[in-house]
This record gives sequence, structure tokens and C-alpha cells, in this order.
Amino acid sequence: MAGDFALWVYLTQTPLLWLTVTLAAYAVADWVSARAGRHPVANPVLISVLLVGGLLVASGTSYATYFQGAQFIHFLLGPATVALALPLWEHRALVVKSLVPMLAALVAGSVTAAVSALAVAWAFGAPEGVLVAIAPKSVTAGVAMSITEAQGGDPALTAVLVILTGMIGALVVTPLMNGLGIRDYRARGFAVGLASHGIGTARAFQVDPVAGTFAGIAIGLNAVMTAVIVPVLLGWWLS
Amino acid sequence: MIASIAVILGCQLLGEVIARGLSLPVPGPVVGMAAMVGVLWLRDRYRPAPLMAVEPAGRFLLANLSLLFVPAGVGLVGNLEVLAGNWLALAVALVVSTLLTLVVSVVTFRLVARAMGQG
Repeated sequence: MAGDFALWVYLTQTPLLWLTVTLAAYAVADWVSARAGRHPVANPVLISVLLVGGLLVASGTSYATYFQGAQFIHFLLGPATVALALPLWEHRALVVKSLVPMLAALVAGSVTAAVSALAVAWAFGAPEGVLVAIAPKSVTAGVAMSITEAQGGDPALTAVLVILTGMIGALVVTPLMNGLGIRDYRARGFAVGLASHGIGTARAFQVDPVAGTFAGIAIGLNAVMTAVIVPVLLGWWLS
Repeated sequence: MIASIAVILGCQLLGEVIARGLSLPVPGPVVGMAAMVGVLWLRDRYRPAPLMAVEPAGRFLLANLSLLFVPAGVGLVGNLEVLAGNWLALAVALVVSTLLTLVVSVVTFRLVARAMGQG
């Protein structure tokens, strides 16, 4: 029994256990997603989060302990963002041809994302601190958290809202776009990258490489756009 | 593979230095993405030997992009109590706003593309 405890103490102090668990959970989730024909509900991020989260709760492990292992995967988000240049360069002729529709969609979509979130939360009587935290929710987590922080809101709440927004977008985008009869993968990808950042972009790459390319561009553009408009909108709304 | 990792990290490093140095409202890796476009332009223009293998690591990362969001996603478990008290307002706001943003973005894109004669 003392030996079991010593083993557990060892495992909680190295990144090995939770790094392995994260990769294994993703391997299972990706297999399920592939078997389901990449059906939007069989989202690999969602399945992995449920598997790993369940294990953390069952073993009484804190997120801080988990993150010691998972940080190596989390770190790769930065390099992956840089790597979005590869499909962007490959499809550059199409990207240049699409600049005007992209910029129009950026302005309309970015304003819609912030105003609609503010309006609905406000209509439900959410307090001012919550309004500040939800306004940048469509933007990649690091940028959204710094926008909230600069406006005096709670960045931890923003982080949760950003991840949830990503998952909602990844789950609904395919049925929604099929329902609207949109077959232009530039437009589909751009919309999901704008509305739900990297998690939406990961879904777009599952569906179509052109959709993934345009989703990646939308992440960067909407980060800049939202950083500019959210402080202005909040200034009007809360005055 | 090692060369492509070094090029990607180098671009990210350059991006972080520029973004933080100039206090840009853009994350360092997004500036790094622009730097990487520059690297790819150099590669295709001058074909220097050290840049001829910059793709493998990047392609590998993008093929497994979903995996990279798992650690952040797991952060939801145990942090959902920050929604307490406002969960209904937040749930409705997130769902409505995400759907509306997707529709407005895609419709605007298509209307402008069609007006420009792009089908």
C-alpha cells in the first residue's frame, strides 16, 4: 500500500502521466470522430475534454497538476498559429482575390459578435462585470483575456467563455452552413474562424483545406478588429 | 523536421519580440504567421538550401490542431463555477451570438463576393 502511494506521488510530480493521458484520450477521440465520418457532434476536442476531465475529477487531481503535463501540448498552439502561414501561402492567389469579401465579413461579423453577446447578456440582466467579460468571446483566448483585463473585467471568466464559444461554433457550423446552402468554403471557413477562433478553425480543417485556410486568416484579423472595437463599444454601452 | 521546427519557433520568437516590443494588439504568434509568410516567399523566390524543408513540422501541427486545444478545454472542468448565478444569461448569449455571428459573416462574404462577380 505504501508502495502504491509512493508510485502515485512520483506520477503526480512528473509531466509523464497527464501528458500520456491527454495524447491517449485524443487518440481515442480522433478514432471515434473518424469512425463517425467526422460528424460535427463527434468533436475530438469535446470528447477528449470529457475523457480527461472525467479522469481528473475521479482521481481528485487539480488542474495545476494536470497542466504540468499538458503544458507541452498547450505550448504548441503558438507554433501552430505560425504554421497557418503554410496553407495561407499555398492558397495565396485565392486569398488575394477574396480580400474585399473578407474585409466586409470581418467588419460585419466582428461587430455582430460583440454587440449580440452584449445585448443578450444585458437583456437577461447580467451585471456589468459579466458584460465586459463576454464582449470579446469570439477572439483567440490570449487576446480576449487581455481585452477584458484592460477593461477591468475578469480574464478567467473570459477564458471559459472563449473556450465554450469555440466548442459551440465547432458543433453548429457544419449543419448551419449546409442548412443555409452555402457551398463556398472560403466563406464558411472565414465565418467559423471569426466566430469561434482556433477551435472553429480546427473543425474547418477537418472539413476542407480551403475552409481551414480562411478560418486561420479570420482568427488574426478578428483579433485586431475586436481589440479596436470592444473598448469603444463598452464605452458607449456602460456609460 | 528539425529545420522546420527551428524555422517555425524562430518566426514565433520574432513575432513575440515585435508584438511585445511595440505593444501591438495582436498576439506574437499571429505576427509570427506574417513572418512565416515572408520565409515562404524567400523560399520560393531564392530557393536557399536551408529553407527547402520548412513544411513538415507545420503540416504535422495543423493536421492535429484539435489536440492542441485539449489542455485549455480541460480547464473548463472545475472552472464552470465562474458562470454561477449568470449561467442562463451566458448560455443563451453564447449560443445566440455565435449563431448570429456565423450567419452575418457568411452572408456578408457571399453577398460581396457575388457583387464582385465571383459566383
